Amino acid sequence: MLTKKKAEEIFSKVLKYSTAEETEALIGATSYALTRFANNIIHQNVAEEGVSLSVRAVADRRTARASTNKLDETSIRGVCESALALARLQPPDSELLRMPGAQMFRSVDRFYDETAGLTPQARAETVRKVVARAEKDGLTAAGIFSSGAVATGLFNSRGLSAFHEETVSEFSVTMLHETSSGWAKATSPNCAVLEPDSLGDRAALKALESREPQEIPPGKYTVILEPAAVLDLLGFLFFDFGGLAVQEQRSCLTGRLGGQIFGENINVRDDVYHPLQAGAPFDGEGIPRQRVSLVEKGIVKGVVYARQTAQKMKTEPTGHGFPLPNEFGEAPMNIVMEGGKASVEEMIRSTERGLLVTRLWYIREVDPY
Amino acid sequence: MKQLAQRALDTATAGGATYADVRVMDIRQRYLSTKNGRASQVRDSDSFGLGVRVVADGAWGFASTDDMSVAGVDRVAAQAVAIAHASALCKKQDVVLVPEEKTVDRWAGSCRIDPFAIPVSSCLDLLLKVDAELRAVPGVTLAEAAMDFRRIEQLFVSSIGSEIYQVKTQTGAGYVATSFEQNEIQRRSYPNSFGGQYQTKGYELVDELDLVGNARRIAEEAVALHKADQCPSGVRDIILGSSQLGLQIHESIGHPIELDRVLGTEANFAGMSFLTLEKFNTLRYGSGIVNVVADATVAHGPGLGTFAYDDEGVPAQCTPIIKDGLFVGYLTSRETAAAVGQSRSSGAMRAEGWNRIPIIRMTNVSILPGKGTLEDLIADTEDAIYFETNRSWSIDDRRYNFQFGTEIGWEIKHGKITRMLKNPTYAGITTDFWNSCDFICGPEAWVLWGTPNCGKGQPMQTMGTGHGAAPARFRKVQVGVAYSG
Repeated sequence: MLTKKKAEEIFSKVLKYSTAEETEALIGATSYALTRFANNIIHQNVAEEGVSLSVRAVADRRTARASTNKLDETSIRGVCESALALARLQPPDSELLRMPGAQMFRSVDRFYDETAGLTPQARAETVRKVVARAEKDGLTAAGIFSSGAVATGLFNSRGLSAFHEETVSEFSVTMLHETSSGWAKATSPNCAVLEPDSLGDRAALKALESREPQEIPPGKYTVILEPAAVLDLLGFLFFDFGGLAVQEQRSCLTGRLGGQIFGENINVRDDVYHPLQAGAPFDGEGIPRQRVSLVEKGIVKGVVYARQTAQKMKTEPTGHGFPLPNEFGEAPMNIVMEGGKASVEEMIRSTERGLLVTRLWYIREVDPY
Repeated sequence: MKQLAQRALDTATAGGATYADVRVMDIRQRYLSTKNGRASQVRDSDSFGLGVRVVADGAWGFASTDDMSVAGVDRVAAQAVAIAHASALCKKQDVVLVPEEKTVDRWAGSCRIDPFAIPVSSCLDLLLKVDAELRAVPGVTLAEAAMDFRRIEQLFVSSIGSEIYQVKTQTGAGYVATSFEQNEIQRRSYPNSFGGQYQTKGYELVDELDLVGNARRIAEEAVALHKADQCPSGVRDIILGSSQLGLQIHESIGHPIELDRVLGTEANFAGMSFLTLEKFNTLRYGSGIVNVVADATVAHGPGLGTFAYDDEGVPAQCTPIIKDGLFVGYLTSRETAAAVGQSRSSGAMRAEGWNRIPIIRMTNVSILPGKGTLEDLIADTEDAIYFETNRSWSIDDRRYNFQFGTEIGWEIKHGKITRMLKNPTYAGITTDFWNSCDFICGPEAWVLWGTPNCGKGQPMQTMGTGHGAAPARFRKVQVGVAYSG
């Protein structure tokens, strides 16, 4: 796996070959595996490893990017030359900023050796137990158990040096009965906390309790959305909370900042440092990510800003920019919506008649911004 | 390429694989975009690596790497076999594949003008001309244009002795004009939404699209939508433009005919299918004029689903899917064909890259043309709404109950377009919808559209698919319900 030292060595080669006014290198590595099951057997089982080097060059207020996954000297030289050649072929951009210099980052510890080293045998044994759970009740199980590690280094010729590594894992399962299904999922940098058995139990219980469903007429109902369904809806809004989206009038929040557009019990923030979140403590330009309050008591309190957007809108960057050049600007990628006091079970008990929705899938807004 | 691929194959079979195939891929991409008068993205990338797929101990294993050293290739081949042994811990029976002939061949897709040979500055100049045309229309608040070029070079070798080298060049281009006014956003795209038109050909596609010549009209439509009437709600006859019909085919025919979905292996992610096996050769999918094929052959055209061999080494085929309205075909693999008693794969296994396993994907799933032009169809229509250019798509996980929205609608009365309609939506049940089709325009209105962003599988894979379609009419469809409150 890529270490900070190795990433720095690659960047020193980039600097050796780059003749651009400013040079940035985004260096990544992935080692990932996924065991996929359906019809109570493992039907796919895959692993991948790879590296990437993406070089951004700046010349005369022009910038462009070239990327490769070959790290030999010839390829590194080639990608540096390509980035610069592409930059020189385009019109100058008066809004392009100089690259940022060195930054201070808050460390986040999201690397678990057990997750990085999880074997296909261990994943298969876990799947076998969940399949046995399904078969006990005459159900059919489908799902995945994945694990891996990613590392990202971001360096530039003005002194920026940022490095982050983390592990990832996910277990998700669908339990199928003839007329019903149940679903559950968990993700974590630490595979030890996924609890696949209890996820299997939860999905199985849903499948069993929703057998022989009855159709109900269209109309207005009280609806309880479980967390995944809430995220499915909230997820449509991620890019609306970008400063550039507002400035370009392609956000549904255009003209509504400071307005009450959610219920008073809705509080949303972006927080990469939340213990259940994932990701690096810096953005695509190397700016430290900040916690940003987006919605407080239903009022839109803020949006996030990349450097260039922040300059246009006369504010400070929040560390949510994507690697340059890009057309999107920025977006919050670590959404946290505050919970209330009741559990889902308590909400169900207090509902006289309503619908419980576990998740929404392939359901889209009819008039996307 | 060849030595490394053969070494990986030999290592896997020596390690106990009873079947193995290896794909070495070199993928080059260039993406250029502009926004409001400025270059927005200018980037090149390449990705080179190798994937090894094996059956060992009667189960599947796959491993991939971009470490193209001998040691790296040996390691990943052995890893694939070890993973297959782990898969065997949770199997009911051994993997069975239908037979396939050994093939040694080379093929290159159509590419008259190499897009990578076109100077980047020329491409940006064209995009900025489009941008200027779009922004010349008062009320356009955002102009975005892009070009996307990809060259995919691939060597496939397998333990049955196949050795297949293929090169494909894919080109995409398009733009969108967005207009914001009084808390309402309207947009128009050309020639299609979500990136424009994509085909397996060279820069000649860009020349064919007449990007600049259409920009003013598209921009004017985007602005005019603010003042257009809201699409009414009710049961109406509708006409779908060819690109919207292409997506309708993609979602309500292309996905449900994927046999892996039917057999349940996408149950946890992409979903399953209403086309259960007893419907094969019995279901009246559409009206008698509906004929649909899944055609990967060059003869069908330069679609994103055109190739010579799929990623299992199976030759490209034209598979009838709906014949005179009757459901007659699935998209299959060597494994799923065996599972349902068919003798051969339909050649629909495709992988996004060297680090992904092939899964069943659409090739070019197209409706065959009928007769007449769009003008003939409109003249033949008493009262209907014409839907153009997709804006929103939703469908259930068995691909039976759907709702689509388009960027623009037009009301048709007594054989003429009478007014523009905004926010048009329609909804339906797949088989009811296709059985209500009573007019499909002819070859002169038929376009082989490219959908570059079809997602499926875990890990997620994005694949380009092709959909030939001509404008078509459907009777008594639920319209506008999304806005009826």
